[in-house]
Amino acid sequence: MLSLGSVGAKSTKPSFVSYVTPEEIKLEKEPPKKEIHPDLLPGEVEFCSANPILKYTQDDLSQRGIFGTLFCTNFRITFISDEISQEETTKTFQNKLYGENDIPLMCVDHIYGVYDEKRKLITGGLVKNKYPSKMIIHCKDLRVFQFCLTYTKEEDAKRIFHGIVHHCLEEKSLKCVFAFSYTWTPSPEMQRKQETILFDSPEDWTQEMKRTKANCRLVTENENFDLSQRLPKYFVIPSALGDLFSYQGKGFPIWCWSHHSGCALFKASLPSVTQEDGDIQKHVDIMINAVAHNYLYSAKTEDLSESLPTIQDIQQSYNKFKQFFLIENSTDFWLSDMKWFSSLESSGWLDIIRQCLQKAVEVVECLEKENTNVLITEEEGTDLCCVISSLVQIMLDPYYRTLMGFQSLVQKEWVAGCHAFLDRCNHLHQKDKECHSPVFLLFLECVWQLVQQHSPAFQFSETYLTVLSDSVHVPVFSTFLFNSPHHRESVMKAESPLAQSSQLSCPTVWDWSVQFDSKAQNFFFNPLYSEKVKNERAVRKPHKLKHQRQLSLPSTAFKTPFKKGFFKDETESLKKMLRVKRLSRWMGSPDSTAAISREFYESWQQRPLDYHGLLLPCLDGPAVRVWMQRYLRWIPEVHILGGGSMAVITKIMELLSQVQDLKRVLEQRDSSQAAKLDHRPYIQHRLLSFGSSGRLSSSFPFSYSRNLSFKPNIPTGLMQCLMVTDSLASQEDEASSFVSLV
Amino acid sequence: MEESGSVDSVESLCSSTTTRSDRSSGPRVSDTELRSKGKATERIYKDPSKGELPLLPEELVQDSAKDVTYICPFLGPVRGSLTVTNYRLFFRSTDREPVFQLDLPLGVLSRVEKIGAATSRGDVSYGLVCKDMRNLRFVHKEPEDSLKKSVFEVLMKFAFPVSNNMSLFAFEYKQVFPENGWKVYDPLAEYKRQGLPNESWRISKVNDHYELCDSYPAALFVPVTITDEELRRVSSFRAKGRIPVLSWIHPESQAAVVRASQTMVGQNGRRCKEDEKLLQAIMDANAQSHKLFIFDARPSVNAAANKMKGGGFESEDAYQNAELVFLDIHNIHVMRESLRKLKEVVYPNIEDSHWLSNIESTHWLEHIKLILAGALRIADKVESGKTSVVVHCSDGWDRTPQLTSLALIMLDSHYRTIRGFQILLEKEWLSFGHRFQQRVGHGDKNHTDADRSPIFLQFIDCVWQMTRQFPAAFEFNEYFLITILDHLYSCLFGTFLCNSEQQRLKEEVPKHTVSLWSFVNSQLEEFVNPLYVHYPSHVLFPTVGIRHLQLWVTYYIRWNPRMRPQEPVHQRYKELLAKRAELQKRVEELQREAANRTATSSSERPGSPTRSITPVQTFV
Repeated sequence: MLSLGSVGAKSTKPSFVSYVTPEEIKLEKEPPKKEIHPDLLPGEVEFCSANPILKYTQDDLSQRGIFGTLFCTNFRITFISDEISQEETTKTFQNKLYGENDIPLMCVDHIYGVYDEKRKLITGGLVKNKYPSKMIIHCKDLRVFQFCLTYTKEEDAKRIFHGIVHHCLEEKSLKCVFAFSYTWTPSPEMQRKQETILFDSPEDWTQEMKRTKANCRLVTENENFDLSQRLPKYFVIPSALGDLFSYQGKGFPIWCWSHHSGCALFKASLPSVTQEDGDIQKHVDIMINAVAHNYLYSAKTEDLSESLPTIQDIQQSYNKFKQFFLIENSTDFWLSDMKWFSSLESSGWLDIIRQCLQKAVEVVECLEKENTNVLITEEEGTDLCCVISSLVQIMLDPYYRTLMGFQSLVQKEWVAGCHAFLDRCNHLHQKDKECHSPVFLLFLECVWQLVQQHSPAFQFSETYLTVLSDSVHVPVFSTFLFNSPHHRESVMKAESPLAQSSQLSCPTVWDWSVQFDSKAQNFFFNPLYSEKVKNERAVRKPHKLKHQRQLSLPSTAFKTPFKKGFFKDETESLKKMLRVKRLSRWMGSPDSTAAISREFYESWQQRPLDYHGLLLPCLDGPAVRVWMQRYLRWIPEVHILGGGSMAVITKIMELLSQVQDLKRVLEQRDSSQAAKLDHRPYIQHRLLSFGSSGRLSSSFPFSYSRNLSFKPNIPTGLMQCLMVTDSLASQEDEASSFVSLV
Repeated sequence: MEESGSVDSVESLCSSTTTRSDRSSGPRVSDTELRSKGKATERIYKDPSKGELPLLPEELVQDSAKDVTYICPFLGPVRGSLTVTNYRLFFRSTDREPVFQLDLPLGVLSRVEKIGAATSRGDVSYGLVCKDMRNLRFVHKEPEDSLKKSVFEVLMKFAFPVSNNMSLFAFEYKQVFPENGWKVYDPLAEYKRQGLPNESWRISKVNDHYELCDSYPAALFVPVTITDEELRRVSSFRAKGRIPVLSWIHPESQAAVVRASQTMVGQNGRRCKEDEKLLQAIMDANAQSHKLFIFDARPSVNAAANKMKGGGFESEDAYQNAELVFLDIHNIHVMRESLRKLKEVVYPNIEDSHWLSNIESTHWLEHIKLILAGALRIADKVESGKTSVVVHCSDGWDRTPQLTSLALIMLDSHYRTIRGFQILLEKEWLSFGHRFQQRVGHGDKNHTDADRSPIFLQFIDCVWQMTRQFPAAFEFNEYFLITILDHLYSCLFGTFLCNSEQQRLKEEVPKHTVSLWSFVNSQLEEFVNPLYVHYPSHVLFPTVGIRHLQLWVTYYIRWNPRMRPQEPVHQRYKELLAKRAELQKRVEELQREAANRTATSSSERPGSPTRSITPVQTFV
């Protein structure tokens, strides 16, 4: 007996129609008064539409729906309700490109068709005359849409279904991506804000070397991609490395970042060392030697393809993991709630996150504690190398924990660093499954773990990370659309005649004004960020170059006794030692590595926490968690009305704005100071006039709770939930009534 | 002078129970803890070589031993000296810097045992099983003089005073606090706050001398239409005489939360017309609804099985317009077993790769989910359905207070304040006879007693889950909840002693012991949640999906130094509040100054201030 009370039945919003009596309802419906059309973006073209389509609303226990028109354009699938927007919720966090009823084509993950109550995965290549009664769309940002096609005319239904399937699932060419049709005019606001370093010019790299005090060599020989198409246009190598053309076709170490001690992190695309090919061996030795020459003649190498999951493992694990969040109805939700923890564990996703963070900590230990150069390698050098090198830099360098620093890091390691976004994200729906993998998402997941453990150390918020993870699938930005800078350049050149002007330009994702107004962008900033007090000025200035590098550890925290000059003139013995090190794999069995880095973590943990110094994640079981905001935001059953971390964030933002107001009052009183102090380009925490912020849902700012009726989500089927079968369950509460208990 | 002396002890008291002892140095502890611990250590260990022990009033050293080794699961063996008083066990390392110390009240010990025989070197090993999710192990030399008792034998004597016919330390502890916590709860004042008595509900004196029901409080609220005589008849039909009485009434709809024990239906389906009349009267007292919901906390199978033993549940035939709902919450034995498994999983080591399935296998969070879900359904019926509810389990003193008090927290914001929460505990748990003595086993060495069960811990865990979901809705912080749990076992305060109001009166607990609330309310700022906003009429409906329930790491795994808690949000918020106050003060000052200046010297140039004001340093 499910006692839901009368609440569910009572809500009599005219737009909600029970689907139990569809015929009647259809009769009642007036014929559509006027053709409705979506507001198209510049360059957006409507392909097909159908009306009336019933869209099921999820936030109700009974399956209810809302009638409207479904469109498919070259950018998105969009649903427009027949009702004139019921309640004018002035949304503080509205994406300018797509709304809550829009699905960018690139964001579609899977489409299911329901034929005679049976759910079938649609894979393209359809039988021409069939269409399902219900279409279920799973999105890459984890939204789930359900459309009922039975109320519309047959040919309309067929057309819209085939249209959507064609544009979402069929393999297509890069040319068809909306970014190449989107006629975009840079806003003046944006040009002012170009602060993210794109690493597409030699200057950017020189600056970065200067900032980290690196003494490596900038390579400009690849300007026209003569060296390799799989290498960045510009990059930095150990200065000991000679003529690069002699190594053509083979990988070499690319500089990532230099530690203040002088040692540095390099990554390389090198074949697995297990190969007994003498030539390769020799090449690898030369490379390691070059790395070792960078600082104190010591180097450690780590073959990531050996110690971390493959990209296929990552893909598989994520596929399992995401299923737990693609929830179509309440019953499914409560059913999956029962085996929640073991399901999570079986997907292995959290474990992969832990392994990546663990590996990054190991690398950090080498740089920070032992001051050795580190070379991380993998076959391609652009997947896990990017994950690990970026994580290491975030842990060691507070600059990358600022918003601009983080964006520059993504540019440096991922975009300029040749991560194959197009293939990994499968933007073109290629059938070849080998190369798809959510590597970049894995990186964001790892960053999120750090953010949730050490929130005050980060200038950006988890909302920022969530939005960034969504933006990967918005086909407007050039950032995530290509496999490498070479790919990007060649495509842009080829496509430019098609576009009106000389050079085709897409916005980068970092131009957030394309998606959000400045008010909404405030949610990207973490109100808990503890800014460095001393160089407050320097940090705030848009020019990143001024950013002072901090010693990531105060004093001589963990420094092992310096072995200065130990290796200096012993090139021969050095070679031997290096080889030994490399072959013995730097750390033995996985158990001992865990134990060693455990020690490193503990000694770090015992020092007072400096948010502008070294940051290490806790990796014990309970500490690695699910990114609730990203994965639970669309599931109405878990929305906490008036609660969640957003309640805290908004409160702190409110308080911040009060503090800033008061400061402004003070500054006005002191006019001589006022001019100086009012340079605050971002975070004007003034947006927060929610009135009763106590009533915001925990899923804010992503989904808005429609049901103002405010009723609790009571689990269904509790009995199945917990069957305790042992004898204890049947015992009586009063122990006195039975004889003994052993 | 006396005043400052008492403050001293407040701090040392604090440190004695809630510090994370298994940590050689205490860096980055939460701010409240830091303050209490930091100060205490500083004051007490001015001379670390001496390692003097901070004694409470009436606390006496009973025995001490040098050269004891504590086998720490995190740090390895630690050598030091051990002191046993009539209140605590105190261990202090002598072989490491910074000094490591363990300081725990003997009340947390549930079992002390010698492990194995003495080794050839004359070492014996002792295992201490604690109620607060840890086990301690010591190794020490057996005294050569066989007449001299080992320090652990002394320990056993004072750890289990009840088994040794001694009184609990709470009866000796004579600390004077500025506030008397025994005055926190005045039943009549609390019912008056709810608008009682009114035209439908009256106070009955039938239990004034605990004749009707010895585990109920003296003050009972019942429908005006039911006479005391009828109540007496009802009492014979309800298990342990625990009749349906009012717990809370909705200020607007008049829907009531009523608590009781099971009906003694038995196999023959006994009926009691007074009981039926009472429930009808409860329904009638609420004009908004012509229905009554009876929530039986048990799984229906267990409720049915109770009929064999004379108990049972209300049949819908006998009780017109009543609907019976089972909430499927398991009994005290299942809960005890679940906690035992949980302890295995979290202490001392956590298996990272199987952490999630290990947690699932304990079922602990599923039990929490069921309890919260039950309370949610009750709150929903009362708030959304405007219907009165009767809640019971078997005896109405375990699952029933869990459910009623959680539902009350959801419904009434008063219970989310610090004092309101104290009242809630005093009322729903203490006065209505949750058997604390039996469930916790204060000073009792019989650790296998089947009456032990973590019912109250489970309730506090549920409250903690709610504070996580609604970080701004509770006036108290996590430290407050942990403090309550620590003193549930410490036997320092009288609050959680005995099984019922009657027993506490008989033992004169309020006269001879100090209330925990005296201690808490004398340093409230320690327990305040800076994020708290008082929304008087807000009802909280938590999400009970297991996706939103978390293991309370900072309680269950607090002994693991790697699981160090961080409360940056609270700290930051406190900083901001201070900043705002500072700025406000500054603005006022300036305004005053400006006003003065315009009044006195109008000739001065307005653009240049007379003195430059240094801008306030800010972290914003």
